[in-house]
Amino acid sequence: MSNIIDRRLNSRGKSISNRQRFLKRVEDQIKKALPDVVSQESLKDSGTGGTVKVPIKGLDEPSFGHDPQTGTKQIVRPGNDRFSEGDRIPKPKDGEGDSGSGKGSNSPEVTEDNFVVILSRDEFLQFFFDDLELPNLVKKFMQETNSFENRRAGYTKNSIPSRLNVKTTYQQSLARQISLQGVYKKKLEKLNEQLTATIDPIEIELLKKEIERVKRQLATIPFFDNVDLRYNHFEMVPIPATSAVMFCIMDVSGSMGYHEKDISKRFFTLLYLFLTKQYENVELVFIRHHTEAKEVNEEEFFNSKESGGTMVAPSLSLMHKIIKERYSNNQWNIYGCQASDGDVWADSDAQESAQILKEDILPLVQYMAYIEINKSVHSSSLWNVYNSLADDIQFSVQKIYEVNEIWPVFRGLFKKSKVLEG
Amino acid sequence: MEKKEFYKKLFSNPTWDYETLQAADEVTSRIASEYLNLKTYPNQIEIITSEQMLDAYSLIGLPTSYPHWKFGKDFIVNQNSYIKGRSALSYEMVINSNPCISYNMENNTTCMMVLVIAHACQGHNAFFANNYMFKEWTSADSILDYMAFAREYILSCEDEYGMEEVERVLDACHALMPHGIDKYKKPTQLSAYNEKERIKKRISVKHENYNELWTTLPKVGKLNEIQPNQTRQFPEEPEENILYFIEKNAPTLPEWKREIVRIVRKVAQYFYPQGLTKVMNEGFATFTHYHIVNKMYDEGYLDDGFMLEFIHSHSSVLYQPEYKSKYFSGLNPYTLGFNIFMDIKRICESPTEEDKYWFPDLAGKDWLTEVHYAMHNFRDDSFILQYLSPKVIRDMKLFAITDDEDEEEYEITAIHNERGYKKVREILSEQYKRTSYVPDIQVEKVDLHATNTLHLTHHIINNRKLDEKETERTLSYLRYLWEFPVQLTSRNRLGINEEHFESY
Repeated sequence: MSNIIDRRLNSRGKSISNRQRFLKRVEDQIKKALPDVVSQESLKDSGTGGTVKVPIKGLDEPSFGHDPQTGTKQIVRPGNDRFSEGDRIPKPKDGEGDSGSGKGSNSPEVTEDNFVVILSRDEFLQFFFDDLELPNLVKKFMQETNSFENRRAGYTKNSIPSRLNVKTTYQQSLARQISLQGVYKKKLEKLNEQLTATIDPIEIELLKKEIERVKRQLATIPFFDNVDLRYNHFEMVPIPATSAVMFCIMDVSGSMGYHEKDISKRFFTLLYLFLTKQYENVELVFIRHHTEAKEVNEEEFFNSKESGGTMVAPSLSLMHKIIKERYSNNQWNIYGCQASDGDVWADSDAQESAQILKEDILPLVQYMAYIEINKSVHSSSLWNVYNSLADDIQFSVQKIYEVNEIWPVFRGLFKKSKVLEG
Repeated sequence: MEKKEFYKKLFSNPTWDYETLQAADEVTSRIASEYLNLKTYPNQIEIITSEQMLDAYSLIGLPTSYPHWKFGKDFIVNQNSYIKGRSALSYEMVINSNPCISYNMENNTTCMMVLVIAHACQGHNAFFANNYMFKEWTSADSILDYMAFAREYILSCEDEYGMEEVERVLDACHALMPHGIDKYKKPTQLSAYNEKERIKKRISVKHENYNELWTTLPKVGKLNEIQPNQTRQFPEEPEENILYFIEKNAPTLPEWKREIVRIVRKVAQYFYPQGLTKVMNEGFATFTHYHIVNKMYDEGYLDDGFMLEFIHSHSSVLYQPEYKSKYFSGLNPYTLGFNIFMDIKRICESPTEEDKYWFPDLAGKDWLTEVHYAMHNFRDDSFILQYLSPKVIRDMKLFAITDDEDEEEYEITAIHNERGYKKVREILSEQYKRTSYVPDIQVEKVDLHATNTLHLTHHIINNRKLDEKETERTLSYLRYLWEFPVQLTSRNRLGINEEHFESY
């Protein structure tokens, strides 16, 4: 008799340990490919798309095998429709499909070319931020959880009437009544015994009075007393805010070309990914500015063209305004990232920006980064004032010009703060 | 009879449940043993999901195996092509064990379930239990325990020596896996007692056959005798099982690595018959399900709707695209095997003049006995050489092409005509020989007293050279296992060395 077993309910993921071994094996390739993957996708998709495709090359497992080009091979094929013995057919040229030596389904020579690994979001982020020493960093970053919740925490004797817990109070009262009654009842019993034992009329009179008094006392035990009262107790428990908002501020004046925007985008993406690893939901606010600042959507942010001069301060004011309007309750962790080529019209604008940043914005945000996409050795005036504000803990500044500098700079921003902390 | 009606009702319902499977199993095994006279291992039928099927793919059906990244990679490769719709998952998978475990996909219809149970649990199962290759080279009783041991062992090695080191050993072994197979049984070591007996017997034979006359012959053996200063060659005879040679003879390989080499070698040996009987195995299983399901229909277990679905599935399994079709990917082993087995039956039952000329031993015999004989005693190459009939060659319009690297054109060597049958048959048989896709490489000698260099020889067949890059990479794995320099020489038929590879 056969055994029929339903295996469908068996635990899933039998191949997980082999998958992990495989991912470890291609770790370097994945890490190399990730920045490119990021730059090709939309900011939000890169973190929330669920899967990331990474092409992997050169994972074939070697073994002794024939060089397919060499030797004399004889092959049998089905479905002859036109050939007779001795016919000669020109070979296809190199690079064309090789119909003559197609791979048989039973041939062990089937190899796969480079293929795509689909990473889950968790795996992706883990690779991405693998060597950023996150645990320490996160601690520092996530400490400021300033939202609280009332949680029940037992009972208390003093509180407001609306929190009275009737059931517990009644329990207390019952206990108190029973214990007090016990004392009086014992006393009463003793007096009654004395009463039946004595014959002295004066003493009887006294005892009767006494019994009367005890009975009255017994009857007047209060149903509720102040000591019975119990109130629900609440404690303030800090809860980590699970939402974050990220402000992307970019200069779109005429001096910012495609290259500069591309770099900004990549940098924003990195920060966004970093935040999505920590928070359940991350909102994005895009502010672009030339002489005036405006809130736009992502599409417009990266793609539309504007020209004109540069005023930085209005964008910071706008950021401050939006925070006040929409993200002022303590449930938001606020991050900011500003990208610019450092070009400002006037020093006064730079000074004003620094002031807004210092007084209005920095007290409200968790972290703010400024990247300057500029290859000149001279420092812009914006850079100068920002640099003096930068403390590398809450506010960092960095210069980038080439795409390949982004990742090191990004890591640099976060590593530094760790050093300071540690 | 009430039972039959009840079963018919079960089988006509496209959704199945436990009862349906039980009924299918009961009916198919009864027909298989009564009608087809099949002897099988007991069955263990497991219902699995698509993800579990992918798991099974990557472990080639084994319920458990040692951990290695290669299996993770295979899983991803299979999963990718499944998700993209490039390849469907098979309906079943069956492994050669006792009890014979078969995995059936949960989304099979009732018809597919019956087909699959007949195909795998009777057809493949009987093939595993009776074919000489499987009987000789695999032990169905112990494979599951062995794999569980292998897993435990490799895991404990990882704990003790680190994952990286174990992975390197396994990588190296996997590269040499096709060369870790015994094709001939090694003589078992004689016990001391048997050895003594053998020597005694040899001496007594010598004494009995002693004849003074022979001593008068002049001595010629002098030249062949080993000179005292000449060391004996090691190994005395070439060894083609490279992994075995390493396991037994690598000079300084630590014991735990030897054990890993042994595990990989055992697994390779376990799968060895599978690769050499693909056509026969699939052909026979298809032959079996075809007969069982038709018999069930004849006996009144199945309705016409079921049969239509069955015929559709059966013919898709047997679909053989022509050589120029874009779906063409070699000969379909199901089709080829099924056609040959069906033709054996046809030749037995109603032979034509041609059949009597080609198969005098088959014509008019009992078909079941002959099919059993074929199933028991052949493997793909010998099976084709023995049984591929002109009719099958004609029906499939088989033709042979010669691809010579020195020629500008392919040549059609033979087609399905009187002159071509034998040639097509020989060439096709050759195509299924292991030597056509695994190069013939043997351990020739070891410089035991100097450098410990391992010398391998590749015997060139049909001028087919080794792929240089692959060979060098594989050789470096071999170097890692052997722990001393290795050399590989390609030698042609005339004994002339053509290519040389080294890894120091």
